[in-house]
Amino acid sequence: MANKQNKYDRQLRLWGDHGQWCLENSKICLVNVTATGTETLKNLILPGIGSFVIVDKSRVNGEDAGSNFFLDPNAIGESKAKVATNLLLELNPEVKGEYIEEDVANILETNPHFFLSFTVVIACNLYGETLQKLAALFWCNNIPFVTCKSFGFIGYLRLVIPEHCIIESHPDNSHEDLRLDCPFEELCAYADTIDLDAMDKKDHSHTPYVIILYKYLMEWKKAHSGAMPKTWKEKKEFKKLVMSGIRKNADGVPEDEENFDEAVKQVNSALVPSCVPEKVQKIFNDPKCLQLTEESTDFWMMVGGLRQFVSNSENGLLPLRGSLPDMFSDSDKYIKLQNIYQGKAKQDMEAVTGHISQVCTKSGCGNGKISEKDIKRFCRNAHFLRVVRTRSLQSEYESPSKSIMDSLTSDEISDAVWYVLLRAVERFQSTNGRLPGMNNAEWESDVNRLKNCLYDLLKSWDIPGAVEAISDDFLQEMCRCGSSEIHSVASYMGGVTSHEVVKLITAQYIPICNSYIYNGYKSTSVTIDI
Amino acid sequence: MLQGLDYCLKMEVDNVVSTVREPLNWSGRWNHIQKVLERSGPFAHPDFEPSPDILGFLLNNCKLLVIGAGGLGCELLKNLTLTGFRHIDVIDMDTIDLSNLNRQFLFRQNDIGKAKATVASDFINNRVKGAEVVPHFCKIQDYDASFYKQFHIVVCGLDSIVARRWINGMLISLLEYDEDGNLDQTSVIPMVDGGTEGFKGNARIILPGLSACMECTLDLYPPQVNFPMCTIAHTPRQPEHCVEYVKVFGWEKEKPFGDAPIDGDNPEHIKWICGSACERAEQFGIQGVTYRLTQGVIKRIIPAVASTNAVIAAACSTEVFKLASSCGAPMNNYMVFNDADGVYTYTFEAEKSETCVACSQKPKTIHFKPTSQLRELIEFLCQDSMLQMKSPGITTTVNGNSKTLFMKSIPSIERATRPNLSKSLADLGLSSGQELIVADVTTPNSLIFILKLSDQCSAET
Repeated sequence: MANKQNKYDRQLRLWGDHGQWCLENSKICLVNVTATGTETLKNLILPGIGSFVIVDKSRVNGEDAGSNFFLDPNAIGESKAKVATNLLLELNPEVKGEYIEEDVANILETNPHFFLSFTVVIACNLYGETLQKLAALFWCNNIPFVTCKSFGFIGYLRLVIPEHCIIESHPDNSHEDLRLDCPFEELCAYADTIDLDAMDKKDHSHTPYVIILYKYLMEWKKAHSGAMPKTWKEKKEFKKLVMSGIRKNADGVPEDEENFDEAVKQVNSALVPSCVPEKVQKIFNDPKCLQLTEESTDFWMMVGGLRQFVSNSENGLLPLRGSLPDMFSDSDKYIKLQNIYQGKAKQDMEAVTGHISQVCTKSGCGNGKISEKDIKRFCRNAHFLRVVRTRSLQSEYESPSKSIMDSLTSDEISDAVWYVLLRAVERFQSTNGRLPGMNNAEWESDVNRLKNCLYDLLKSWDIPGAVEAISDDFLQEMCRCGSSEIHSVASYMGGVTSHEVVKLITAQYIPICNSYIYNGYKSTSVTIDI
Repeated sequence: MLQGLDYCLKMEVDNVVSTVREPLNWSGRWNHIQKVLERSGPFAHPDFEPSPDILGFLLNNCKLLVIGAGGLGCELLKNLTLTGFRHIDVIDMDTIDLSNLNRQFLFRQNDIGKAKATVASDFINNRVKGAEVVPHFCKIQDYDASFYKQFHIVVCGLDSIVARRWINGMLISLLEYDEDGNLDQTSVIPMVDGGTEGFKGNARIILPGLSACMECTLDLYPPQVNFPMCTIAHTPRQPEHCVEYVKVFGWEKEKPFGDAPIDGDNPEHIKWICGSACERAEQFGIQGVTYRLTQGVIKRIIPAVASTNAVIAAACSTEVFKLASSCGAPMNNYMVFNDADGVYTYTFEAEKSETCVACSQKPKTIHFKPTSQLRELIEFLCQDSMLQMKSPGITTTVNGNSKTLFMKSIPSIERATRPNLSKSLADLGLSSGQELIVADVTTPNSLIFILKLSDQCSAET
């Protein structure tokens, strides 16, 4: 065990033991052995997923062995799935792996249930009807499905997820939850025992900025009939007021008081009004929250309880987060303040727990099955809850989203154009039974064939004119690359894809919605909701 | 104007593909990359001429140096050898640790303790037929210009800013200029550099002398912030403060393992520090001192995952592939990456600084008062965001004689020059316009500063 803690130390610091637990209990399926696919699996096996299964009927050929680190040139002619599985398994003895030498379309036909036991399914270079069928199967069964490929210098990744609920989204820079605009009873009670004027010099310069701002806000509110400083001008004035509190020496020169400097610096962020963030409000209004049933997941049960907590609370706010950032202070005052915040957070959490068990009972869901630890984590992250839902692949293919239309008709061509070209390539494939640029003899004449496919595609989207906006340069590059997998591009996509899969498995951090294009020509990329 | 975009690596090709021995080139082996190397494309470099010779150049002539065989290095070696590069040297001074195995995929449990460069090279040479990776188990500073000169491109996968700055300085020192001050482009060795931290990373191209170098953009790498000493000693509030206290005061005082210094990889050491830190935390009512946290603080651990390393190393490798073959224009010139919230990249042009101490070829002028102490000058060299030196040693010429003003690295000289620190610049015999020669670990070659003395100004440039 200690061994595993050390081995995974550098990642445990990012997703914690509970994230690792999810990973170690996950079961991943890879459909089709490509460099992009095996690189993705490599980056999942190293951090320690539970197990994987590779599905691929084809045999190792020379060109795959040349660009894939997990295919062996000595095994040309053998099963790709088998060779890749064996080489991938060397990466981590903790991970189990199997392979199935069968065509995915065949399994879909004969034994679709096979696919339903996976945590996430990843498909590479899958086109046409099989892709659609597979995506539809997972869509109905609420299994996250990921499709990706590398095409020359271009990478493509699409997440197909009916619903993905995140408690720990780990925001990079969030506002602290200090409630200085609506201080709770315990905070007031403590702060009111402090008299800044009566303090000696050392105490005065070691009082946390939270107390300082509290004090001067009280003073401000008294002078402004209870209103907080709101405008830029008022905030500037308020900063002046705070600064006036800095002690002066006998000569009238202000003393060096770091805590006051900090207080002034924190005015703007501390004055951001406490509220339920828009994204959380949206989750409260989600039908899944409004209509809890015995089928509802723990996440939605907790959201239901949280919603009730908010609507029952006087100030309509989420439970207090309970964390206090480090600030200039002596130990004693800081720890006292920290205990006050933590105490209130605990109190709020207990109230939320009560509400959760109420909504559980009401909706006929088993009571008490959600652990205290889970509820605590949920409350601590209440401000950052996220629900991600992508479009289904079927609806994407029925009608392109507005965002892709906009990007085609705008003045500046973004990397989204590559998505359209990849769709044209798919059309090419279904018409010609091969990919453009496959053969040296035909690659140049394929440019016009591909252009026709592009035109047909845009016509089907009712924007045939957009073909003018897409320069022939793009078409030529597509045919030049001829669906080759440049290993470093495949490796880039393997990195990106594996991390999105880790997000889906651990329900931490925020996955893309819903497609990602990498442009290796310029080392740029874009996320599009298609 | 796109800096350095007109740069094109010159290929000296000698009788290529024919020299490639058969078993190494089974049928179809290079099909994937041959398409982009042997077909013209509108997004290729303007000088690109598709030809089988390009693959020949990659296979037989192009020599790469990979610095670092860790998280990025392992990926780089794989990517580069699978895109046709065969002659690669790799330098790393580290040995393999258990905590590397979650991402450094060329290493296994029974490699622990062995040299990273050696194990990585052996693995790659075994797996990728024909690869000739040569390991160097040493520091980059162990080699001089004659070694670095032999490479076409240098790729860095380092975790140290100082090492990056040093190699940057080395590549700049290899530049050759004609009498009119025009750069000889054949002396340019491109540097492709990657770095990661958790889910964040960056990749960049430096064309020494042509585009922004490490020192031009030093403010992109802010120095690490330490806890104030008084917080550690008197007013701890966080578990980290307690650990730092034991590290700074407790270890020396109690000498739990005799005279042994703290070894962050020794579990007994960490356990002892963790225990002492817990005691201190309890005294102050601080929660959260754990073994993991203790080790994190002591070793200054930066989180790392396989995926980010893969992405950044891949972005770097694609650039090396494009630079060496011209089959695509190089990126311009700096990409940042973050995949914590969605997947975010931003690619921008870092700008070359006209006053760069390393690549502008102009000595930097620094202004002080004659009454300023030498100590202030040294503090300036360390703290200025565009200099960030570590322990500069300064020599100059006074009355025709070379004089060492201060040097820390050699104990006897340090003792002899220490009194100079509190002397004023005037008392040291320095005059306005004086050339100061400054040596530091951040650069392989000394830098020249022009000292301007006047009563008005403080340490401003």
